[in-house]
Amino acid sequence: MAEENDDRNEPKREGVDSSDAGSLGRRLPPSPPLYGVMAEFDSPTDLVAAARRTYEVGYRRINGYSPFPIEELSEAIGFTRTSLPLIVLIGGILGGLAGFFMQYWTEVIDYPLNVGGKPPNSWPAFIPITFEMTVLCAALAAVFGMLALNKLPQPYHPVFNAPNFALATRDRFFLVIEANDPKFKHGEVTDFMKGLNARSVSNVEV
Amino acid sequence: MTEEPHSQVQHTTVPVVEPGLTFASVTDKISSIVLKRKTPLGWFIGFAISFALFQLMMLSIFQLVFVGIGIWGINIPVAWGMDILNFVWWIGIGHAGTLISAILLLLRQEWRTSINRFAEAMTLFAVAQAGMYPIFHLGRPWLMYWLFPYPNTMGVWPQFRSPLMWDVFAVSTYATVSALFWFIGLIPDFATLRDRARSKAFQIVYGMLAMGWRGSARHWHRYEMAYLLLAGLATPLVLSVHTIVSFDFAVGIIPGWHATMFPPYFVAGAIYAGFAMVLFLTIPLRRFYGLEGFITMRHMHNMAKVMLATGLIVGYGYVIEAFFGWYSGNKYERYMIWNRMTGPYAGYYWALILCNIIAPQFLWSKKVRGNLLVLWLISIVVSIGMWLERFVIVVTSLHRDYLPSSWGMYQPTGWDWGMFIGTIGFFFTLLFLFIRFLPMISIFEMRTILPAAEVEE
Repeated sequence: MAEENDDRNEPKREGVDSSDAGSLGRRLPPSPPLYGVMAEFDSPTDLVAAARRTYEVGYRRINGYSPFPIEELSEAIGFTRTSLPLIVLIGGILGGLAGFFMQYWTEVIDYPLNVGGKPPNSWPAFIPITFEMTVLCAALAAVFGMLALNKLPQPYHPVFNAPNFALATRDRFFLVIEANDPKFKHGEVTDFMKGLNARSVSNVEV
Repeated sequence: MTEEPHSQVQHTTVPVVEPGLTFASVTDKISSIVLKRKTPLGWFIGFAISFALFQLMMLSIFQLVFVGIGIWGINIPVAWGMDILNFVWWIGIGHAGTLISAILLLLRQEWRTSINRFAEAMTLFAVAQAGMYPIFHLGRPWLMYWLFPYPNTMGVWPQFRSPLMWDVFAVSTYATVSALFWFIGLIPDFATLRDRARSKAFQIVYGMLAMGWRGSARHWHRYEMAYLLLAGLATPLVLSVHTIVSFDFAVGIIPGWHATMFPPYFVAGAIYAGFAMVLFLTIPLRRFYGLEGFITMRHMHNMAKVMLATGLIVGYGYVIEAFFGWYSGNKYERYMIWNRMTGPYAGYYWALILCNIIAPQFLWSKKVRGNLLVLWLISIVVSIGMWLERFVIVVTSLHRDYLPSSWGMYQPTGWDWGMFIGTIGFFFTLLFLFIRFLPMISIFEMRTILPAAEVEE
């Protein structure tokens, strides 16, 4: 179930301005590695337009952050497929089979009991519990599958370091080009993002 | 009660939310109830009363477990009294929450967004009350785990052909799925509260509950998929739960219970009672917390219409029940319906007709639907009516069945009432805590229905 994830690769160890540290002849502590470059927007429209443009230019390790789900945004960053429905389907099928055969095994194989002259395998009477077990297991698969694919709970993430990122749960919209993108060159990316109608552009440290 | 000016306008044109709201103002207004605003005095008073009644429940349960089930009014022939009818009443109330959050989501009814969080909380707390009754009705509640199929030294298994076992699975699945649905819906709002909270304790608690939610587009995509799938699963689930509850009766051969009509009749009754409870709770709440901009008159009209529609289905159920009692030609069935209408419990039956059939007819009038005080009173009447309905179904069928020598009467005792009033206290205790510590309106879903959330091409 290989699915694209935010943090599949190690961030590239590219310092923000480590190049001139050595030339001054002093030993500066190495600057923190870069997670990516982040642009901040005021509206969903600006964010989606910027995300589309970024994808067109050829960046692929990109992600958007918004206070509410935006369908166009996941399309714009090229993320449209998820294996979650398949996980839920498998969960439901396994739950249903487990529900039915639990009853079958106890009532037919392990301890057959004559109740009201009904046959041991009185399958119509087993349907309600089979149905409930199907729904229960499918719902558990949906919730825990979603959390697992999203790699939650995840207490720390580099984007939380970004300025104003607390507003991503209120009214601000963010776009990140990650440093592990094959095309990522720090100066180029910063310049590109500044041309995206962004409110501000900043580095995100790991 | 105050009339909103737009309640007079054709309500198809009334917006779901007040115009002029922004992402920031929606967020701040809802989260401030939890984080910033001083807890109002009314909250403390309400909580104190609920908590006191909750203690009455604890006392009733203590007495029940200490002395035994004889402190209740049940006996043969009426072995299912207040405990089972209250179980059905509470679980029915829960159903409106799932209907609002799941079925109206699938039907793309945008107006559900302002009330779904609250209704889901109501579901969860009502199911908690409902779940207690069958357990304490067991007589030896400490052996309730015998209901679950687990390998044991006795070598026996539960009887899976029994509707009572179906009930165990249905209610526990319903409680689990409702809790999951509610919690999943809360995750993005926990993140909002985490980022807005000023006190360290709140930041830590909401931070842990948010599980590191950061609003990533990839996360949202899977989240939306999970939410939609859960709604799709909860929809047949909620219908199955009350269907199975009705099987508890319909599979039995007692006159008045053994009817194929029971599943739809029970499901409609559940939604009817549930919407009455949602109205009963939201009308004072929106006024008290100034949420008229979020829960608008359009919501009130829509909920009143759902109540009227389900009320008419329930009314049809009563008519058909009486018709088939006569048309069956079966003298026990005929006597059952005659006994309901004229027997010792006739007062309950006619009160039920008054509450559940006559009272909701006022909702045909737009003026009544727009008058919050009248609407609130009707919602109380309907809640009482639905309780009476369950009383009539449970008690009048059992107290006089086939053999006149085994006829008897049922009268609830003080402990029956103590437990019932106590569960109402427990329900309100949980609701008050919910209002104080969690966002009662889904913040992130409110953002999605603002005009500014549209992406312009």
